[in-house]
This record gives sequence, C-alpha cells and structure tokens, in this order.
Amino acid sequence: MNAKARNLLVPSALAIVALFLIFAPLTFHRYGLYISSQWAVMTIAAIGLNLTLGYAGQVSLAQGAFVGIGAYSAAILTTHGWPLIAAIALALVLCFAIGWLLGYPALRVQHHYLAFVTLAFSTLAFLVFRNESWLTGGTEGIDSVPRPSLFGFSLAPHLRYYYFCLFVLALVTLATLGLVRSPWGRAFIALRENPIRAMSLGVDTRRYILMAFAIGSALGGLSGALYAPLVGLVEPPAFALTLSFDLLMMVIVGGAGYFIGPFVGAMIAVLLPDWLRFLDRYYLILYALLVMALLIYSPTGLVGVADRFFIRRRTKAASTARAALSASMESEGA
Amino acid sequence: MANFIALVIAGLATGALYALVAIGFTLLWQTSQTINFAQGEFVMLPAFFMLAAMNLHLPFWAAILIGIALSTAILGFAFKKLLVDPMLQHGVLPLAIATMALSTFLKESVKTFYSAEASPFPSLAPDMDLHILGVAVSWQNIAVLAVALAAMLALQLLMNRTLLGRQMQAAAQNPLAARILGVPVERMILYTFLINGALVALASLLITPIYLAKFTNGETLGLAAFVAAIVGGFNQIRGAIVGGLLLGVVDNLAAAYVSTQYRGAIPMLLLIVIILFRPNGLLGRAEERTV
Repeated sequence: MNAKARNLLVPSALAIVALFLIFAPLTFHRYGLYISSQWAVMTIAAIGLNLTLGYAGQVSLAQGAFVGIGAYSAAILTTHGWPLIAAIALALVLCFAIGWLLGYPALRVQHHYLAFVTLAFSTLAFLVFRNESWLTGGTEGIDSVPRPSLFGFSLAPHLRYYYFCLFVLALVTLATLGLVRSPWGRAFIALRENPIRAMSLGVDTRRYILMAFAIGSALGGLSGALYAPLVGLVEPPAFALTLSFDLLMMVIVGGAGYFIGPFVGAMIAVLLPDWLRFLDRYYLILYALLVMALLIYSPTGLVGVADRFFIRRRTKAASTARAALSASMESEGA
Repeated sequence: MANFIALVIAGLATGALYALVAIGFTLLWQTSQTINFAQGEFVMLPAFFMLAAMNLHLPFWAAILIGIALSTAILGFAFKKLLVDPMLQHGVLPLAIATMALSTFLKESVKTFYSAEASPFPSLAPDMDLHILGVAVSWQNIAVLAVALAAMLALQLLMNRTLLGRQMQAAAQNPLAARILGVPVERMILYTFLINGALVALASLLITPIYLAKFTNGETLGLAAFVAAIVGGFNQIRGAIVGGLLLGVVDNLAAAYVSTQYRGAIPMLLLIVIILFRPNGLLGRAEERTV
C-alpha cells in the first residue's frame, strides 16, 4: 500500500461508518433504533471517561453516577415543563462542578485509592437517588419523561430521537477531537505518562487533573440527559455501581487512550449482549467470558489489537524497504 | 446500654467476617497487585460447592472439606494461573476489569446452573441466644467470632512465626531482594492465592447460614471488604483485621442509631475521610512512588 492510498484509507473508512450510522437505521425496527440510540448515548459517557482515564490517567468509578445526575436533572426539569435544552445545560454545569470537586481527592491520592474514593461517591449518589423521594421519586423513580421538540419539531418518534442523539454524539466527537489535539490534550497525556515529570516541565498538574475530571463528568451528565427521554423512565438501579463498572469496561475493552476506543467499547457493551440473546439465559455468562478472553489476549483493548497489527505491518514494510535499499546500493557498488 | 453492647458484639461478629474477606483481598494486592473486584463473589461461591456436595448425600463436615478444597483449587490456583498470570505484566487496570467480568461470570453461572432462588444453608451453631449479664448474644455470632478469630490468629502465627510466613512477607515486600536471598517468590505468591481461596471458603461457611445461599450474596460483601481493607491499611494484614472489625461495629451502630436508609452511606463516608486524611489507612505504611 503506498502512502497516497493510506492517506485516503482513514477518511474513506470514516465516511463509510458515518453513512452507515445515518442510513442503516432507516431500515431498523423500534428495538433496533432503541439499541442504536443507547449506543450513541453510552458512547458519549464513555468518551468522557476516556478523557479522564485514557488521556489524563485518573481512574474513576463514578461515571455512572454522573450519568444518573444528568438523567435525573433531565427527568425532573422536563416533567415540570422545562425544555430539554435547559436540562442539558443544567446537567453539564452540575456535573462539571461536582466532577471538579471530585477531582480534589485525586490531587492527594492516585490509582486504586482514587478508584475507591470515586466508588464511594457512586454509592452515595445511588443512596441519594433512592432515598430523597421528594426530589427523585425514590425507588419508583420518575416515569413518562417526555421526548423533546426542537423549534416546534417533535423528536418523539424513535428514528428522529436517534438522529438527535447521533447529532449530539457528532458534536461531542468533534469537540473532543479538538480538545485532545490541543495543548490541553497533550497536557492530559503528560499527566498520565508521568505526573512528576509533567509538573517539572511547567504543566499546572493541579488544574489539569481537576479539568480532566470536570470535563469527563460533564460528558457523563450530557449522556444522562439524553438517556432520560430515550428510556422514558429514570429509576435508581439503572445508575448503581454496575453502570460505572460497565462504562469503565467499555473504555478498557475498546482501548483506553485511543480516540475511537469508547465507540468500539460501547458497541461491544451495548450490542454484544444483545446479539448473544439467542443463547437465552447463558448470554451474560458467555459475554463475561468473552470480555475476559479479550483482555487476556489484548490488555490494551480491541483498538489495541488493530494497532498492533498495523504497527507490525508497517515495521515489516519498512524492513523490506530497507532491505531492498541496501540490496540496490550493494548492486550499485558492485 | 445492654442493647448497645449487644449491637457491638453483633457488629464484631460481622466485622470478623469482613476482616476474613479483607485479609485475602489485601494478600492478593500485596503479592501481585491484584485488585480483586470478584472477592465478594469468591465468598458467595463456596457455599454452593458445599450445597452441591450435600445434594450428593454427603455429611455436612465432608461437604465443608470439599467446599474448602474446591475453593482453594478453583478460586486460588485456577484463578491465578488462568486470569492473573497472563495479565499481570500489563498493569493493574486491565486485570481489575477482568475481575469485574469474572464477578459477572460467577454470579450468572450460579444463577443459571444452580438456582436463582435463595437456598437454606445449615448453621454451625444452634439458633438460640446466650444470656450473659442481661445481654442476649446469639450462638451464631459467637460461633462466627470464634472461628474467624481462630483463623486470623492461625494466619498471624503462620505469617510471623514460621519460615514459610516470613518468606511470604519477604516476597510481598520486596520481590527482587527476596529472590536474591533465595526465596521462591513465584511459589510464595501462589500460596497467598491458595490462602485467599481457603479464607473465602471459611467466610462463606460462616456467613451463608445468616443470609441464605443466594447468587447475589457477594455484592455488598465485596464492597465491605474493600472498605475494611482500605480503612485498616491496604498493605497490612493487621490493618485488614482492624478495618474489618471497626467497619462491622460502625455499620451495625449506624443501622440502629442513624437511619436504615442511609446505613450504607456511613462506611462510604468513613472510607472517603480515611483516604483523604490517612491515605495509607489506620495502620498502613506509605507505599513507595516511582518517578
């Protein structure tokens, strides 16, 4: 493959994926659309966690709680007659602020300790969702969350709501792409690779750690605000610790620190259990086995597998090129 | 006051169980940086081994031995060889995620292949109360406390008084130096996994009569073990014991005096406060950091 063809490969692959995401759902039924929308919504939350974990290297087991905070914000506001846009704004601001505060422990402790602080936060958030009935409806939750309308155009039909989620996902993707390519993104990676070295090079590590948490959490909130109208029902068990585990699994299984990792990971976590449903009651057993097998085979996730494959091919191509070059030089010299 | 003392004793019994589970958790962390998110399910499972053995009409004591043996083999040996060893060199996080998947696997397997319903489980002690000085203590709790404390004492003696235990400690604290001094580090690490397998089986035997055997039993227990391990000090067995006992008492008192709704919040607040102000736990030492 020459360089020109390779330069075309990535954009054309992206174009095919985009066309598929736009046109394939036209043929989907109700349930297919629901699953596809769920993929888009969960991908947004996973992108946020990938920023915090994959780029900035801060382990968080609280992303599910932020999805919950976003979902409850949307459910409470829209059932009181506010537009969804207001709810999204509230979810973003609220989760950004709480995420910022949750970042403070990260300034003191790292790695597994941080994982446990965020785990504790998740549990506390779940207890608040379940117990503060005056606000959250308690164990019954809040039902019949309405789908929004945009400039008088109703998004209630499943296909339209899917496109709305896809549109928001596209916005988030572009914004995140800009972020990770900016000096901020480089500062995040410096933080992940070696915090002390980053600090000695003049990176304000304090601010970037808090920022990584805040932005990642805000995306969790956004995802939740889209989740509430999608499902229509917001209840505490949906945002228990399991969701945080699932989101973390999505990021790692997809490939932490790779930009497309969360997209792939969310696909695995949302679609794979569904494809395995023909196995009836064995499907979760097989799903868990597949996740373990994948992680044993490639701890850097699915994108890591592809990455290794391409690197190997590139090294191979480079070494054949080198061999050919030295051979031609030798023949010239002879 | 009598009520308070009864609550504390019941709390100590629960705490001794937490401590058993937390010790194993700490051991795996010390020797091989394994954060085992399936530790709760590890406690849930051996009870089902024992039930399965009893379904084959074996007596209770034989079922207990089979349960402990199977647990040591599967949750100790096989867990290390099949999951931990291949993933160890790739860092803490992928392995932690794999243990999350393992916990789903164990839970769903029990639910699918055994039963989704709770099954009764025979108790070691009669279902009666002992009255001392006006305080009612259940025999169940006394049995739990006695067995758990005996197990912890035996483990402490093994760790501190025998060559094997010293070698295990050396392997945990400084694998390189231990290897140079001729300690078979690999085998010592394997032993800690086997010990964990036996400890969770023991915890399973003690806790299942109280909660009945159900596939969801591990969920709260695993969390309690994390909290106990961290509160006490993530890198010390003594820490796990203190953390477990403290957590059990706090948990029981909170349920009685604070509110049942927010009972679960107290251990979490304890965890956050400890991590923020004493990140190495009550008894822990600082871990070295690399630049």
